[in-house]
Amino acid sequence: MATNEAIQAGLSARGDGSALVLTFSGSWILESDRPLARDFLQTKHDASSFEALHFEVDQLATWDTALLIFVRDACAWAEAAGIKYRFGDLPEGVRNMIRLSQAVPEMKHREQPEPPDFFTQVGEDAIRSYHGMDGYFSFIGQLTIDLFAFLRGKAQLRWKDFLFLLQSTGPKALLIVSLLSFLTGLIIAFIGVIQLQKFAADIYVADLVGLAVTRELGAVMAGVIMAGRTGAAFAAQIGSMQVNEEVDALTSFGISPMQFLVAPRVLALVLMMPLLCACADFVAILGGMVVAVAISDVSFVQYFNQVEQAVGLNDLLAGIFKSGVFGLIIAVAGCYRGLNCGRDATAVGQAATSAVVTSITWIVIADAIFAVSFHILGI
Amino acid sequence: MSGTKDMIKVEGLTMRYGDYTVMKSLDFNVRRGEVKVIMGGSGCGKSTLLKHLIGLERAAAGRITYGDDVFDPDGPSGEAIRRRFGVLFQGGALWSSMSVAENVALPLEEYTDLKPAEIREIVEFKLALVGLGGFGHRYPSELSGGMRKRAGLARAIALDPEILFFDEPSAGLDPLSSRRLDDLILELRDALGATVVVVTHELASIFAIADRALFLDVDTKTALCDANPHDLIDDPAVDVKVRQFLKRGETVSNVND
Repeated sequence: MATNEAIQAGLSARGDGSALVLTFSGSWILESDRPLARDFLQTKHDASSFEALHFEVDQLATWDTALLIFVRDACAWAEAAGIKYRFGDLPEGVRNMIRLSQAVPEMKHREQPEPPDFFTQVGEDAIRSYHGMDGYFSFIGQLTIDLFAFLRGKAQLRWKDFLFLLQSTGPKALLIVSLLSFLTGLIIAFIGVIQLQKFAADIYVADLVGLAVTRELGAVMAGVIMAGRTGAAFAAQIGSMQVNEEVDALTSFGISPMQFLVAPRVLALVLMMPLLCACADFVAILGGMVVAVAISDVSFVQYFNQVEQAVGLNDLLAGIFKSGVFGLIIAVAGCYRGLNCGRDATAVGQAATSAVVTSITWIVIADAIFAVSFHILGI
Repeated sequence: MSGTKDMIKVEGLTMRYGDYTVMKSLDFNVRRGEVKVIMGGSGCGKSTLLKHLIGLERAAAGRITYGDDVFDPDGPSGEAIRRRFGVLFQGGALWSSMSVAENVALPLEEYTDLKPAEIREIVEFKLALVGLGGFGHRYPSELSGGMRKRAGLARAIALDPEILFFDEPSAGLDPLSSRRLDDLILELRDALGATVVVVTHELASIFAIADRALFLDVDTKTALCDANPHDLIDDPAVDVKVRQFLKRGETVSNVND
């Protein structure tokens, strides 16, 4: 077929006295089937028997980068073997392009250092995380100072921003927190009713839902949702401000990013989390009630009386107190990751991810500590 | 302030990122009221030097003095010195959650006891100065690159600073906007009586605005010269690298050749 022949790249070599002559023909384009310079030259020709490398292009129809990389490789081969090469015969475009590619000598990379062995790596990681802790501690220390400044009304911030933060961390999160808490209450009640019915103790589903939700699940659910929703947002916001030099701009005006960005966020979340948690508790108990009334003999009034008996004020306050601490954890993790964000788009993504992971991890750890200490304190 | 002629004095400044030394033992000064250009090829440490001057990076060695006060970014005097300068960052670095007017107003709200009405007037005036009158209600994302820079400039001059720092003011601007920004820099310098430090590699800007230019050389990690670019360009005593830079690489006569 004519079209197929058009994209055939031809190459032949012959010895011409002391010179090796490479004759190109056909179409030397990237789509064509063509030999590789190194294979062709190394397998078929002994470099030591020639003194020069010449090119012939009389039958060459078209060419593009394919020819250029071949010629470049051939030149490199010739140079390595100490043969002179002459590309005077090549088309002018090829000559110019090759010359251009050789204009600036290739950067010689320094030898990559040996990758450190296992123990060195562990040691270096340990030292790095130790210094990372340093950063965390000084962050928390500075934050404490700035929070006090805030409470004394001496902080540099804009009330408009603070109110906006209150709104975005509180009312705007209410719907999703309520929905998920309602479903959680529903699920617990469902599992509970089915087991308790075996003992004809359906009514205790109220105890189960009431205690589980107020002591643990309300706070933890709200915490996990807010970590994903708001913690990630804090890290991404502050991180992209870092990328955009906006944080530098604050510093250059002598405005502390800690006071201006971090303190209001921490305070907003610490204020809003207990409210969200209280709401989550209530809605989850309501969710439990729906199941209890629907699939067991418990009535609406019985359920609420039983909840009131089972759940003490201490249980409720313990959960709400915990949620405040979770709020602190989420906001600190988010802001810390944001402020320590690198200077590109990938770093912002990493900051958001690690903010969520850090805060959920610490929420669970803190919850475990609370469980033990509340038990010891008898709350 | 005392009558010293030097506004900024840099002595033995060594800049380092981890193990990598950017520049070592830099010595130079910026005179009161002059336009000082810091120039050099890409990646030579111009912007890093600017970050050291405004206290965003900590020097590995050496010291920076403003007037008679040694600049210690972490110390109590650091804040006071910071308030004496205005900085225009490369992309403008406007605070994206605030409108342009709020951006310009923030430094005023933080550091003055002016009434909101007065602040509003000052903001409108500063925006008019940079040719952005009536754009106050827009958000940074609704502005073009050049307008963002001008808005950033309005913010930088909000507190009538003594020293203005510019990081690549003409980067990403078309020749006309770049020219207008250069003119604006000179006019502001005259009007405010400010000292100006500009980091740039735009030749047109360098020749248009620089009183003195400092050339940072990436190979030797030092400053090669510090003088008016018009004098540098034909002076055979000046390092070839500097003259090549100023002539866009055209061959320069060299006494050593």
